[in-house]
Amino acid sequence: MSTIRFLLNDRPVEAVDLPPTTTLLNFLRARGWTGTKEGCAEGDCGACTVAIVDAEAPGGPRFRAVNGCLVLLPMVQGQRVYTVEGLRRGGAYHPVQEAMVEAMGSQCGYCTPGVVMSLFEACYRDDLDRPAKLDDQLCGNLCRCTGYRPIRDAAAKIAGLRPDDGFRAALAEAPGERAFVSDAAGQFFVTPTTEADLWRALAEHPGAKFICGGTDLSLAVTKRFEALPEVISLEGLPALRTISRREDGGWRVGATALLADLEAATEGALEPLHRMLRFFASRQIKNRATVGGNLCNASPIGDLAPVLLALDAELELRSAAGSRRVAIDRFFLDYRRTALAPGEILAAIEIPPLGAGALASSYKVSKRRELDISAVAAAFVVEIGEGGVVTTIRAGYGGVAATPVRARHFEAAIRGRPWTRSGVEAAILALDGDFAPIDDHRGSAWYRRTLAANLARGFFLETAAGPRPDLPQRPSGTVALEVIP
Amino acid sequence: MTASDPTKMTTTTPATATSPLHRPARHESAYAHVSGAARYVDDLPPPAGMLVGLPIGAPIACGRITRRDRAAALACPGVHAVYFADDLPAERFIGPVIHDEPILAIDAVDAIGQPVALIVGDTLEACRAAAKVLEIDYEELPAILTIDAAIDAEALLCEPHRMTRGDVDAALAGASLRLQGEVRTGAQDHFYLETQASLAIPGEGEAMEVISSSQHPTEVQNLVAAALGVGRHQVVVSVPRMGGGFGGKESQAAPFAVLAAIAARDLERPVKVWLNRDQDMTMTGKRHPFLARYDAGLDADGRLLAAKIRLYADGGWSRDLSAPILDRAMFHLDNAYWIPALDFEGVVVRTNKGSNTAFRGFGGPQGMVVIETILSRASERLGLDPAQIRARNFYTTGQRTPYGQELRDVRLQRIYDELTTRVDYSARQAAVAAFNARSEHVRRGLALQPVKFGISFTNSVLNQAGALVLVYADGSVQVNHGGTEMGQGLHTKMQAVAAHELGVTREAVRVMTTATDKVPNTSATAASSGSDLNGAAVREACEVLRERLRPLAAGLLGLAPAAPEVAALRFVGGHVLAPSGAAVTFEAVVKAAWAQRVSLSATGYYATPDIAYDRAAGKGKPFHYFAYGAALCEVEVHALTGEHRLRKVDVLHDVGSSLVPTIDRGQIEGGFVQGLGWLTCEEVLWDSQGRLLTHGPSTYKIPAAGDVPVGDDFRVDLLARAAQDDVIHGSKAVGEPPFMLAIGVVTALRQAIQTWGRPGQEVDLRLPATPEAILRAIEGMRSPAADMAAAAE
Repeated sequence: MSTIRFLLNDRPVEAVDLPPTTTLLNFLRARGWTGTKEGCAEGDCGACTVAIVDAEAPGGPRFRAVNGCLVLLPMVQGQRVYTVEGLRRGGAYHPVQEAMVEAMGSQCGYCTPGVVMSLFEACYRDDLDRPAKLDDQLCGNLCRCTGYRPIRDAAAKIAGLRPDDGFRAALAEAPGERAFVSDAAGQFFVTPTTEADLWRALAEHPGAKFICGGTDLSLAVTKRFEALPEVISLEGLPALRTISRREDGGWRVGATALLADLEAATEGALEPLHRMLRFFASRQIKNRATVGGNLCNASPIGDLAPVLLALDAELELRSAAGSRRVAIDRFFLDYRRTALAPGEILAAIEIPPLGAGALASSYKVSKRRELDISAVAAAFVVEIGEGGVVTTIRAGYGGVAATPVRARHFEAAIRGRPWTRSGVEAAILALDGDFAPIDDHRGSAWYRRTLAANLARGFFLETAAGPRPDLPQRPSGTVALEVIP
Repeated sequence: MTASDPTKMTTTTPATATSPLHRPARHESAYAHVSGAARYVDDLPPPAGMLVGLPIGAPIACGRITRRDRAAALACPGVHAVYFADDLPAERFIGPVIHDEPILAIDAVDAIGQPVALIVGDTLEACRAAAKVLEIDYEELPAILTIDAAIDAEALLCEPHRMTRGDVDAALAGASLRLQGEVRTGAQDHFYLETQASLAIPGEGEAMEVISSSQHPTEVQNLVAAALGVGRHQVVVSVPRMGGGFGGKESQAAPFAVLAAIAARDLERPVKVWLNRDQDMTMTGKRHPFLARYDAGLDADGRLLAAKIRLYADGGWSRDLSAPILDRAMFHLDNAYWIPALDFEGVVVRTNKGSNTAFRGFGGPQGMVVIETILSRASERLGLDPAQIRARNFYTTGQRTPYGQELRDVRLQRIYDELTTRVDYSARQAAVAAFNARSEHVRRGLALQPVKFGISFTNSVLNQAGALVLVYADGSVQVNHGGTEMGQGLHTKMQAVAAHELGVTREAVRVMTTATDKVPNTSATAASSGSDLNGAAVREACEVLRERLRPLAAGLLGLAPAAPEVAALRFVGGHVLAPSGAAVTFEAVVKAAWAQRVSLSATGYYATPDIAYDRAAGKGKPFHYFAYGAALCEVEVHALTGEHRLRKVDVLHDVGSSLVPTIDRGQIEGGFVQGLGWLTCEEVLWDSQGRLLTHGPSTYKIPAAGDVPVGDDFRVDLLARAAQDDVIHGSKAVGEPPFMLAIGVVTALRQAIQTWGRPGQEVDLRLPATPEAILRAIEGMRSPAADMAAAAE
């Protein structure tokens, strides 16, 4: 018999003998907590947004708005979960609820509980210092009725309000026990809380899938209705999520670091990575998705890979037998295939420091700016030596081949040559030797080829001559964070 | 309700005695929305014994069913029944106008996702497991998957519709600027956040209760009754609220409600049919894709002289509402412009795709895009400002539309003048030009988009509505009307109308769940008509009650029945006021009525006067009036990626005397953004077999929060002093017209793109204007890469 225990709106809840692939959303709705809605079951609409206390967050416990449709129930073992029904206290609506009513933020009301829970997180955040961050906070909540203006008004009103209330007080409460195991009806799910337990579970279930956040793997359950016979959760191992600066100025990023945490940590410190994370996914997804998950599923459109390729990152792979390091450009073997050996996990990403004076940037182009999958993503690092000659160049691309790739021909064509318009144009001709993109619903081969070249041009324009009056916006509109007057 | 003694007469005028009409108000369900208390069909506590139904769609776009065997599916644990067409108890075909859709496919299948079977079980998991072993074999036949293929195959779904005026060939021949071409507009998924859902609960004997997320409960009632073979009086359909409709639940809620009811009757247990997002997007229709072929003539100043336009609407596999949608597209080919000579003809073609259906604008947007494309091309060719060429072609009062309706009180020029003044148009234009002059890779465009939109169901008989108002002895009021609440704020407006007529507070009025046992034979809540029609019906019912109460109030105030003051009594703010200042509470008057055995309920009814249209002749007065508006849109386009940002939108819209201005503003903003999505980021794509590729929000992108200007950059004003004659309290319909204001974004994009071309060079921009489409259009003007390469030489 397995029992999952967690706090729902501050009250203890038990889930006994449910399949471990039961989603939090379905559990809530089956128990009559129907305020939380299913709009898509793929983490793209936000109607199912709930808040979870992340007790181990860097900088202290915080609320995280997450997609309830992608959270498997064992993942909330020992956690505090808040839903829209839990916000009204003592007959008084929460400030975010009042702000939504006053702003006319609801019409049909179906997206509203999710919006309210995203605003709930925003209300207790202390880092919403730019309007663009409100776009980011809300882009995971689709609303088909209002056109968003009133929702943005409500967000602006409550962002960072941080009322001194019972919710804030709850952040200080000690977290519950994360460890969980169940093995019944052909479904094994374990959350080890020590590395020794992890290796033991892996030895006994060598075919198990890892889950951490579940923003990708859960789709097998919610969209393809698969059973997931063996799952090992890495969420009970907080040591794996540490993000730290190295002595040499580089970075060590734990594999289960949340994208939201990496985004915050790199702001103003590692811009190519930070910019990509800004347009990576919704806040809800970034609050759950991990760096390692994005790399290990080895999707050609995983947006971290191009940046880490350009930054020349190394991956630390670990097994019961020890650790080894693999350069990121040797990690992606083929479509959705990596250099991870059986029994091995990705433990950390090591990012060397950028050279002094290095030019670096990243770009992502998609049909919709926010919460969309890349047509093409690209990142570049260039170092210029004596006489204006390129000494180092790394160009990482996503969305143009079966795996994220370095554009080696392009790099070779510019290395040792001057970083000039004509030099870049000549090198761009070599891109055709690097990859032959395909047509799909995100873009035609023509578009991807053209973008691959134009992003290189844009990088040159952006970095070559300093601020340019004719280029007020970065070449990819995706990174124009502020409205230009 | 007031806590004071309601029978006590007061002699002072309550200071707060005001009508809620024409005043801002929050949505009547706002607190229920934000607290999660608002219940939708799938949120209702399951009735005892409830089962769930999973419709199974055809996997091929065209073919015949050669074998079906339910045995394996039926043997799955938790499965109670598997239905095929042979199991249907009565009528086997349904449809909103013509019954041409088999409830379950009989032998032919005509689209992927067309319902072929219904599996009913304890849980969706059980049904899905059974679906995997359900045996249905098909013989595949060649499918028609594009409008062009349908035209070639002469596959038509309705009679052509034609309108003509003047000698169009002569006018075209004499035009100094002749523009010929094609415009294609794409499909659009409604993406209401709440997917289709219906719960059928069998009652005693033949009775059936259906709770449905439907814009048209009467149609659900009629079709359920037909499918069960019972009288309509046996079926009660109610609609608590919808999580969005936008037209997608006008006709297409019914098939799933009918399936639920058939299973519920057969099993004598409640059955819920709820579609997940992928099913919903795959099985239901979308906005009709249109192909337009045109030949237009203008004079050297950009004045329209003549237009010959052929419209082809992709109806999908069944008729649904395609014919009236085509009609509305044709009624809006002129948009806001006088076209002296014309020849418009349209048909609906049949394709093997989902049956396309109503969607905000109902064909109007597809029609307007054609004339706007013609005017944009002309402005590019002639080097005219896109706003100027439009203003030059505005209708004026007294002119007639292509279908012969005389235009009264045309407000286009007034709106144009007020909006251009308000935004300082020439300064904005100069700023854009100055920006473009110094920017190589980023350019801006500015466009003014006028809209004229006809209000009324174009099938005149549908323009009727009813209401039932109940007053309780404590002075509280229940309002029932035929309209449904899908977020548009209809109930909020009806609450204001009733409170105004009866002179009570908003809080004293509760708008009830829409139900077919309260108001019979209703029309769909559609065509932007909800407030006009139902508002007039609610008003009439309340007037009847108020006039019944007037003598009683007079009695309480000590007035003789024939006293002249009786007619001057004012019902306001929960009181009845005499000219003398004496007042009595509404509650006291109602109590007196009850004590004197006076009826406290009444019905109201409304039929729009003086409208009729002869489709065969292409002439008539299909519309009671027209809604007008304009938007100024400013965009910024990037030449290297094709991405764009909408920088600023200024809207001036004519809603008459707004019943509730906050609700109307929400409709304008939301409609605009939905139009923005259709024209820019929303791209419905199918593969070569007719399979929908974009069946969830991960692949189908509606606008997100960051795509819309905020604060002062998204300004909406309502036209002042704009009361409309013969419409409820001078208001005007607002649901659909603002959608089309977003066409201005396309015009602005074209203007920005044009700056990379030669003077007089036309822009070729496909819709939706995705980054790829924009980049192609820019490349069509010039090649940035080539330019850059050249510059590098």
